[in-house]
Order: sequence, then structure tokens, then C-alpha cells
Amino acid sequence: MNLNLSGKILTTVAGAFIALSVPVSGFAGDTIKFGVAGPHSGDLASYGLPSINAAKLVIDKVNANGGINGKQIEMLIEDDVCKPEISTNTATKLVSDKVDVVLGHICSGATKAAMPIYTDAGILVMSPSATSDELTLSGNYPNFFRTIAPNAAQSPAMVDFAVDKLGLKKVAIIHDKGDYGKPLAEGAKAYIEKTGKGEVVLFEGITPGAMDYSAIVQKIKRSGADVVVFGGYHPEASKIVTIMKKKRLKTTFVSDDGVKDDTFIKVAGKAAEGVYAAGPQDNATNVMATEAKEAHKKEFGADPGAFFEGAYAATVAMLNAIEKADSTKLEDLKKVLQTEKVATPVGSINFDENGDAIGVGFSMYVVKDGAYVVVK
Amino acid sequence: MFQIFFYAVMDYFIELLFSGLTRGSIYALIALGYTMVYGIIGLINFAHGEIYMIGAFTAFIVATVLSIYGFPLLSIVIIAGVAAVVWSSSYGYTIEKIAYKPLRHAPRLSPLISAIGMSIFLQNYVLLAQTSDFLPFPTLIPDFEFMEPIAHIVGTTDLIILVTTVVVMVILTIIIKFSKIGKAMRATAQDRTMATLVGINVNNVISATFIVGSSLAAIGGLLIASHIGQINFYIGFIAGIKAFTAAVLGGIGSIPGAVLGSLILGLTESFATGYVSSDYEDVFAFSLLVLILIFKPSGLLGKATNQKV
Amino acid sequence: MALLKELKKGALTSLWFVFLTFPIMVIQVNPIERTVIYRWHNALYMAAGTFCVYLLVRYYQHRKENKPDQVEGKEQTSSFIHKILLNPRQRNILIAVVATVALLFPHFFSTYQTNVMTTALMYVVLGLGLNIVVGLAGLLDLGFVAFYAVGAYSYALLNLHFGLGFWTVLPIGGLMAAMFGVILGFPVLRLRGDYLAIVTLGFGEIIRLVLENWGAFSQGPSGVSNISRPGFFGMDLSLEQSILYTYYLMILFVIVTIFVVNRLQDSRLGRAWIALREDEIACQAMGVDKRKTKLVAFSLGAFWAGIVGVMFAAKTTFVNPASFTFLESAIILSIVVLGGMGSIIGVLFGALILILMPEYLRALSEYRMLAFGGILVCMMIFRPQGLITNVRRTYKFEKKSN
Repeated sequence: MNLNLSGKILTTVAGAFIALSVPVSGFAGDTIKFGVAGPHSGDLASYGLPSINAAKLVIDKVNANGGINGKQIEMLIEDDVCKPEISTNTATKLVSDKVDVVLGHICSGATKAAMPIYTDAGILVMSPSATSDELTLSGNYPNFFRTIAPNAAQSPAMVDFAVDKLGLKKVAIIHDKGDYGKPLAEGAKAYIEKTGKGEVVLFEGITPGAMDYSAIVQKIKRSGADVVVFGGYHPEASKIVTIMKKKRLKTTFVSDDGVKDDTFIKVAGKAAEGVYAAGPQDNATNVMATEAKEAHKKEFGADPGAFFEGAYAATVAMLNAIEKADSTKLEDLKKVLQTEKVATPVGSINFDENGDAIGVGFSMYVVKDGAYVVVK
Repeated sequence: MFQIFFYAVMDYFIELLFSGLTRGSIYALIALGYTMVYGIIGLINFAHGEIYMIGAFTAFIVATVLSIYGFPLLSIVIIAGVAAVVWSSSYGYTIEKIAYKPLRHAPRLSPLISAIGMSIFLQNYVLLAQTSDFLPFPTLIPDFEFMEPIAHIVGTTDLIILVTTVVVMVILTIIIKFSKIGKAMRATAQDRTMATLVGINVNNVISATFIVGSSLAAIGGLLIASHIGQINFYIGFIAGIKAFTAAVLGGIGSIPGAVLGSLILGLTESFATGYVSSDYEDVFAFSLLVLILIFKPSGLLGKATNQKV
Repeated sequence: MALLKELKKGALTSLWFVFLTFPIMVIQVNPIERTVIYRWHNALYMAAGTFCVYLLVRYYQHRKENKPDQVEGKEQTSSFIHKILLNPRQRNILIAVVATVALLFPHFFSTYQTNVMTTALMYVVLGLGLNIVVGLAGLLDLGFVAFYAVGAYSYALLNLHFGLGFWTVLPIGGLMAAMFGVILGFPVLRLRGDYLAIVTLGFGEIIRLVLENWGAFSQGPSGVSNISRPGFFGMDLSLEQSILYTYYLMILFVIVTIFVVNRLQDSRLGRAWIALREDEIACQAMGVDKRKTKLVAFSLGAFWAGIVGVMFAAKTTFVNPASFTFLESAIILSIVVLGGMGSIIGVLFGALILILMPEYLRALSEYRMLAFGGILVCMMIFRPQGLITNVRRTYKFEKKSN
């Protein structure tokens, strides 16, 4: 009670301060401020750094050609380490730096924490990698767009492939308890139960970073599953397939975009052979994708990393919208994004009213002779 | 019919038993370092998990370099093993000198924070000097031909892990029981002041403890990395916490206790995953710990210290 | 002569470090391309760096050994703050200055800085809460973050399911956390020292794992999003206003917490905690109910964590289990120990340093956490008793000379 009372007194005082300090809204600058947010340090940095490179490549090119409608583009790069509590700081920093559009964030959790801040400020955000259904489908974030298909599309793709294409009915679903893997696994389970195709014989979460997964592999074996559907990232996946090989278990392994990473093949080596993974649509025939890759190699001397193409596409789409709308206002940008198709490395895309890209989908890949190839 | 059913059930049980023992053995190798250090200076050495990681990383680097230069497999195993032990024990020794020795007479929690700082430092040191990526650990242990019929239950690496752990334990017991330094360690653990009075150089004993503990962790790191075939800078953290739990479960400060606690922890995790659900694997492990400590407040084999007034 | 000897020892030390860091700093292998790169320049940097650091440390030690009066001077500076605090006039001036700075802070710095400062203030309260358990009662708690999580999830879930507001849940969250404190307290009453540490660590992990796995209850790892920000008399606040508001709320919480903890410290209960910390048996012999005293310490500490948890959920508007890992507990504990156990001002400084440091070390980018770990070790080595040691209240009986 005491606390509440003194709380009220102080809030009144605080209220006075708040009233005093409503800042004058900034004038439109002479540059377009392009924010890039994601994990740029820490253990998930390898997922966030490629999008900086992608944005750099596009923006350098645009700036060299005189910018957009005479304005140069300025990059504001902020690290969020994929942690929700830090990503709110990151978002606040970008907003108070008067950012115009944001490329990011990378992890779904961090994105969800940061979004209300951008929504409040009316800033367009486009993520190359956050797949959580809630971000677009809940309707809470009208300013959120993404160039990757949501989990709601990925789980059925994995299940359909395993059950229909490979003809494996008994499914063991394993996930890594993470904010990416678990919803994906739950989606797969719900989809199997709804459609009635196949049968879920095992649904378990493993502890990421645990020493070994022998016990869970034995359990998969005992469940008599024909196929393992795994939701999670490649470090756990490579551990599981290695142990599976050690235990002479020949169950097919089908997994997600988090596993469709060359590191998986490098680490798991021979055990990776024959593993299936869903990944963004094959872009080998897309001229822009090849060009972007070449440009990256020329500029940074290495192959691009995870979500590079998505980030490249998002940058192109956002800059295109700014140019066409000749404004950085959310409503104007949204209109362009939803109506006009734009050519990107992930195909010619525009966005539906939720913010999901139309024209991106999943292809299934299989590891063959140490590389991912598309399953026809 | 019944027999088939029985075998099927037993098979699964034995599979889980071995996967639990494998896990428990690795925990034991790390937990010994915790328990020995705790026994001597009463410090929870949070950086110990990082020593294990550095051991594994050194082995990874040396083994990969040697295999690139085309050395034969056996010599790679031996050299990588020796390098892992040498470097981890050097790290253990140096860390003690830098981060703990100046704090020997400081308030009880200060060395603990220093250890946490050291752990963060070492993780990021390896991250920056090497990479954040997961790296493939070279196959040091080839699959033996004669193990093939039972490979689905207990693989070659499982066997090697079990055998190595047993051998290491025996050697450790001999050192502690009969060698001069082992006796000095036990004396110091009992009463440091008294040990000094009878002419034991306590500083040397503490250094020796860190060296022995780190060597054991390095062996553990080498074994587990070649078992799961991958490594990165973060593996030490979780392994460290689990091993610490195991050490407390058995009674921290007690060497047989650490081994017993580790095996119990490994088996609990394995059976919990196998018969219940791996979702709650760690919940089972920690609940078991709490239960045991409620009934035996100083762990399974820990000595109940009588407080004198 | 002595210098030459030192130089020689320095050279040997740097040689040792070159050896130590050789495999990890110098060799870089690429197991896929099967190439080895030797980065010899790193060994060179290492040698030079170690040599300089060694000489610096020796110089520092040398000065400390040779000038005992210098040490005394140091003691005086360290108790400088205490002196001010003991003098009511100076204390009031100090408080006024700090209060003005705190009140004006958001008006001179950007919203981002304010936001960061709010986070730091949250850790101040967390630190003060843990200070009751660790600093005063001497119970080593490595799972403090569990109570923080309980508070955060109380608000997140009550807000999600029942639409309860911030001010309603604030006491509920605190009480829930306090209840969990008692639940944890009961089984561990018999445990001592480091056994207690591991059980609390396990408890923290159990809470996090349950939140992660029990999807039906907590929405699992996806977390709860769109939590309402603290209400302000039903007014709709813009983002910047709401950040300001949260900041002032946090300042208020800090003041209340400091006031309460300060009073507690000097109360009968506080004295009992300190007695318990110093000697359990003697304390019992004096007729202190050990059971009750410990339980109250646990639940009171947890209460503050729960309150900050509610605040945390309201500030980030999103919670998921990933925010409540062991590392978080370790950081809060570091705040208490680094600041100086049992000292309120120490905790204040500890929290500000440890939370603001990584944020401002962003300039060091990837070397940030390396520096953080290193600084933690160095601070402990050079000030093992913490930045500001707690001075016990002393009563001096002075005979009137005339």
C-alpha cells in the first residue's frame, strides 16, 4: 500500500517530466537511414553477419549510382546477440537514431521482442530469417515483412516430403526445444494428426549442447520409426546423425532450413550422406542470385553465409519500395511492397497483406557426395 | 514368445545402460578435477569446464595438423593425447597462479567470481583465436572389426571411453594412495595448516592438484570429442555444470564419490530419456540431486562434517 | 641488478605464455580444405604483451610493498564514500547530486541511453535482492534467476490470459516469487555452503526447463509476446514516453528497495542474518530461529527478484526462457560480490559497472565479452573484498574527558 501510494506521488512527478520532454520529431534527413540488426557477435553470429554483407553489397551499388532519388543511403548496424532483452535496446537505439527501414532481426525471439518498438514508431522491418508464424499471422505487427517462408509452410513441406514422396509412414519427431525448432516440430505433429497421413511414433525434445545423444537414438530405434523429422539447428543434427551411424541405425533423417547449411555436411562428414533438408527454393537458375554470390566473393573473398540471399532480397525490396514510393512512410512503402513485384535473388516477389513474401517456398535438398543437391 | 519379449526389453535396457555409462565416465573424468580442487582449496573452479574444452581443442588442432602431414593413425592418437594433457594442465596451472592464488586469503566468494570471469574469458579467447563454427573432430578411434556384432549396443568408442576411464581411475587411485605427492595432497586436504607444519609445500601441492585435475579433463575432452565427432568453443560450459552436479551428488571433495555421482547422473539421464522423456532429462537429473541432498546433506560419500563449537 | 633479474623473469614468463597459447593462437587448421596456417605474428604479440603486463604488475606490486604509507592512503580513499555517508551534511549533498543526475539523465541523453540505464537499474534491484540472501545471510544462491523468471512469467501469463495490468500483478509477481523462495528454502535448510549453491543452481535450471517444456502452460520456447507496458493512469504513452516512464519507475523502485533493505539490515532480522552468516551454531545458541531466519531471507530476496521480473516483462514486452539462464544468475552474483558483499552502495556500483560495461564496450565489438571476463578476474584480484566494503555500524563509547 505504502509502495503504491508513494508510487502514485512519484508517477505524478514523473508525469510532469514526461510532459516536459516530448521530443520534437526529427526532420527528414538528407540521407536514407538503413538499419541492420541481428546477432553480430556471440555464438549465433554466423547467422547474422551475412546479412550485413548483403546489405553492404546492395547499398554500395545503389550509392555508387547516385543513391535513391538523389539521397545517399547510410547503414546503421546494431548487434542484438539474438537475445530478447538486448534486442529491445537495439531497436530503441535504431529508432532514436531515426532509422527509416530495418533489415532484421535474425532470431524469431529477438524479433518478437523488438517489433513493438518499431510498430510504435511506424518503421518498416524486413527479416531474412525469422520464421515464427506469430510475426505475420497474428496481425500484431503490420510493419513486419519477411523474405523467408514461415514455419507454417515449412513443417508441412517436411512432412509431405517424408510421407508422400519417400513413403515413410512412421515418423519420429525430434526438436531442440528452441524457439525455432520446437514450433516447427509441433507444426509437423499437428499437420500429421490433422491430415491423418503417417503416424507420429515419437515426439521428444533434446537438450541442445548435451554431451551425447545415444539414449535418444536408442529410443528412436525402439520406436520403430521409418523417418526422423528434426526441428532445430545443424550442431545438434550433426551429433544425432553421427551417433545414429555409430549405432548402425539407418532411419532416414529429414530436417529443416537450420540444417541446410554447409557446416552440417562439413561436421557430420560421411554421416551426413543421405540426409534430407528443407531449404529456400533453389535459386541456381536465378541470374541475380549468381551475381550476388559472385559479388560477395569478389568483395569479401568467401562464399556467402546463412540467409544471405534472403537478406539481399529484403534489401533490394525495401530500397525499391522507397524509390517507387519516394517516401519512407510505412503506408506508402507497404502499398508498393504489396502491389509491385520486384526481382530479387529469391525470385520475383511481392508480399501478401500479412507481410509474407509471395513466391518464396521450400525445396527439399539431399546430401550427395558432400554437397546439398535439390531432390527432383 | 515370452523370451523374445524379454530379450527385446533387456536389449533396450542394456543399450541405455551403456549409453548412461559412457556419459557417466566422461562426467567422472571432469568431476574429479572439480572434487580434487574443492578438496584442497575449497573452491568451485568454474573454469574447469573450459579446461576440458581447451584440452579437446588442442587435441583437435594437433590431430588435424598431424593428419594433414600424413602421420600414421596410432602416432596421431598418442601425440594428440599427450598434447591435450600437456596443454590443459599448463592452462590449469597458469590459471591457478593468475586467478586463484592471489585470492587464497580473500573472502570465500571472491575466487568464485574470479573463476566465473576466467570461464567467460577462456571461452571468448578460443572463440576469437579460432572460430565460432562447429568443427569436425577427426576420427581417432577406428571401428574395431570384432565389435561389429554388438555395435548397435556398445560401439568401439563407448568401449574405449569405458576402458580408458577405468585405467585412468586406477592410475589416479595409485597416485593418491601411494605416491609422495598423493599423500601430500591428502594431508593438505585434511588440514592445510598442519600440512605446512610438517613440511609440505602447499603451493606445490595445489599446483599438482590443478595439473592432475586438468589432465583428467583433457582426456575426457579428447574422448567425447572423438565420440560425437565435433567440437566448438562452447562445449565446456554444459559439461562443466553437469560434472559439478555429479561431484556434489557424490559428495564434493571425495574422489570415489565423484566417480559414483557421475555414473549415477549419467545413468539417470540415460534411463530418464529412454523410459520417460528426454524433454525432462535435466529436470530428472537435478531433482535426483535435490532428493539425495535432502537425505544426505553432504552427498553420497561425502563426510558429514561435525561442527565443533 | 634487481631490474635485470625482473627483466629475465619477465622474458621467461612471456616465453611460457607463448608456449601456452601456441596451439590456439598460432595454429589455425581447416579440416575441410586440409590446410594449416601458422600465425606467427600472434606469438610475437603474445610475447610482447605478456612481457609488458608482467613488468606493469611487478611495478605495481613493488610500489605497494615499498610504500606502506601509500597503502594507508588507499584505505582512506576507499572509505571516502563511507566518510561522506557518516557525515549527514555531506551525505545529503551527495544524495541531492545523485538524485538530480538521476532525474535529469533522460533529458540529456538519448532514449537508447535511458533504456540501457533502466536495464542497469533493474540489475541494481536484483543485486540488492540477492544481497539479502548472499551478502547478509551468507547463503550462496546460484539460481537467483529462477525467481526473476517467476516474476516475469507471472506478469506475462496473467496479462495474456486475464488481461491483468502491471500494477495489479506487481505485488502478485513479488509474492509468487517469494512463495517459490520458501518452496526452495524448505528442502535446503539443512544444506551448507556449496551444497546449497548447487541445489539452487539446479532449482534455477529446473524452473527454466519447465518453462521451456511445458508448452501448454508457458507457450514454451516461443515465449509470450505483446505484454502490456506499465499503465500510467490509463493514458496511452508513445514509445519514448513509456521508456521515460519506465525509467522513473525504476528509479522509484531503486529508492524504495534501498530504503527497505537499509532498514532491514539494521533490524532485528538483519542482525540475525549477519549472525547466521558469521557463525551458525553460535547464532542458534543465542536463540535465533535458524529455520525461520533462513526462510525469510530466501523469500525476501526472491520477492525483489519477482518484482524486477514483472518490470522486465513489462519493459521488453516479451519473455522467453532463454533470458533466464545460469549465466544471468552468475552476473547477478558477480554484481553482489564485485560491489562488496552486504554493502548497498557497493551493489549499486557493481550493477552499474557490470551492466553498463558490456553495453559501452560495444566499441570493442567482438572483444567485448573477452574484456568482460578479463576485467572480472582483474577486479577480484586487485579488490578481493569488493569495490566498497561494508562497514559495520559501530557504536563508540567515549568518556567525557572533562
